[in-house]
Amino acid sequence: MSNMIRLGEIAHARSGDKGGHANVGVVAYNSAGYEYLCSVLTEQEVGKFFAGLGPTQVQRFELPGIYALNFLLHDALEGGASLSLRTDSQGKLLGLAILEMEIPRPKDLKLMLNEN
Amino acid sequence: MSTKSLRIGNGAGFWGDNLDAPRQLAERGELDYLTLEYLAELTLSILAHQRAKDPARGFVTDLVDVVKDISPKLFGNTPLKLITNGGGMNPVGCAKAVSQVLVDQGLAQVRVAAVAGDDLLPRLDELIAAGESFSHFDNGQPLGDLRNRIVSANVYLGAEGITSALAQDAQIVLTGRVADAALVVGPAVHEFGWSWDDWSRLGAATVAGHLIECGAQATGGMYSDWDTKLDLGTIGYPIAELRDNGTSIISKPTDTGGEVSIGTVSEQLVYEIGDPQQYFTPDVVADFSHVRLTQHAENEVLVEAGTGTEAPKTLKVSIAYRDGFTTTGSIVVVGPRAQEKAHAAAAAVRVRMKTAGYELDQFEVECLGAGETLPGMDLWRRSSQEIVLRISARDHRREAIDRLTRELAPLVTSGPPGVTGYTGARIRSRPVLAYWPTKIPREIVTASVEVRSAEEWLT
Repeated sequence: MSNMIRLGEIAHARSGDKGGHANVGVVAYNSAGYEYLCSVLTEQEVGKFFAGLGPTQVQRFELPGIYALNFLLHDALEGGASLSLRTDSQGKLLGLAILEMEIPRPKDLKLMLNEN
Repeated sequence: MSTKSLRIGNGAGFWGDNLDAPRQLAERGELDYLTLEYLAELTLSILAHQRAKDPARGFVTDLVDVVKDISPKLFGNTPLKLITNGGGMNPVGCAKAVSQVLVDQGLAQVRVAAVAGDDLLPRLDELIAAGESFSHFDNGQPLGDLRNRIVSANVYLGAEGITSALAQDAQIVLTGRVADAALVVGPAVHEFGWSWDDWSRLGAATVAGHLIECGAQATGGMYSDWDTKLDLGTIGYPIAELRDNGTSIISKPTDTGGEVSIGTVSEQLVYEIGDPQQYFTPDVVADFSHVRLTQHAENEVLVEAGTGTEAPKTLKVSIAYRDGFTTTGSIVVVGPRAQEKAHAAAAAVRVRMKTAGYELDQFEVECLGAGETLPGMDLWRRSSQEIVLRISARDHRREAIDRLTRELAPLVTSGPPGVTGYTGARIRSRPVLAYWPTKIPREIVTASVEVRSAEEWLT
């Protein structure tokens, strides 16, 4: 058994653009998963994961009522939807991307999985 | 009015959204209000261009068909009301076009409102002379010589113009740029009689507005936990049922596809937000951070604990300016070493452009099918024998981009083996409209509201 898991096992996500910045919201399936996310999904780790997009700053915000963390990736969209030449000019793929992030397998993984 | 609830459905999340959604909601949503949100950041600059060519245009033309479609619901004792920002750059022109349809449908007495005042372009020089800097919202850069390239400048108005129109018995309210959530906050304030400093409830209604403003993104569209059983072909569009205490229930019409669950609604809550404690709108700084969601019934999610603080002293302004030219084109590259061949083909294009005398300001190459949509990330990288080579460029010179539009077709005969799929018309150059967010003090802006019957709009 690997000692890493996909973030997507314990969370789902959505992303989009805020001008030239991108936002990535990560939603845990329950409170156990949320507490774990708060400890492993630091601004630094998320910045490292998206380093290829060249964000100038990463900010993390908390939405405990829905077990979510929101990340703002500054200047990650090559100028934003109006200037970017990328296919994903609006950052719609970043949510799906972050779910592929590998994080350490938590001891109580079972408590964090989607029950549905 | 404490026991009363208010059902608001949103049938468009952008201009180009599903054409049948407004009718789905009007016929099957048991709505009090139908809202249609059409204006993405740069939509107004396109509409400004249309109005410049023809002063009768510059609004969302789809609206004319929508009003025809939903007209049976506009009759009766408790008729549906429609609120939309589809008035675009020309709410008055939109009111006239919509009124023509209403009169043709025998609805000459329906009252139609045009809410304007968001267009700052005519006032721009006066405001600059008075000391407004219009410096960039994020980085503080001054507007400088961009002034001469501005195509449109619109301030985000709040909900007061909409509420005022409803108080004058408007049944259809056509606005220019307003905050997306104002389409929901406006009717909520009108129906519940909230005061404009009831920050908590204005914030709560803003949460509801945010949840439905992108249409089917709240009801299963774009959902991470997608499955074929979601039946997206018949997806239902979202309804927010607001109560006087500020709580709301998100749902969709019965017997439609998609899903309204804690999962779909929570994803939409975090969509395109920054600091959840400070979601700025002209009416309130909403606080999303403690919102709670409960599955109230099948396809019904209860939304609680949205709140807010005092409205900001400044209002956001969106400026669009001309910023050179761009084009995008693609060809298909197949067979062994397809990715390598595709990059070689793109490199050949660059060499030929250089030979023609053009070093492009920006040139982007993606091998779609090989996992290159996220540059610099290896996530979805894989070897593929069938690739769409996508080339995209931007330059300040139209002639440079015009030349690039001629460089894809020759790859069919002078590129590597396995190049195919270039059968359409030649790709075209188009102007780039860039986006400049800025802000102004709120006291220098007021909404103008004009309400007349359809018949009166036509005389």
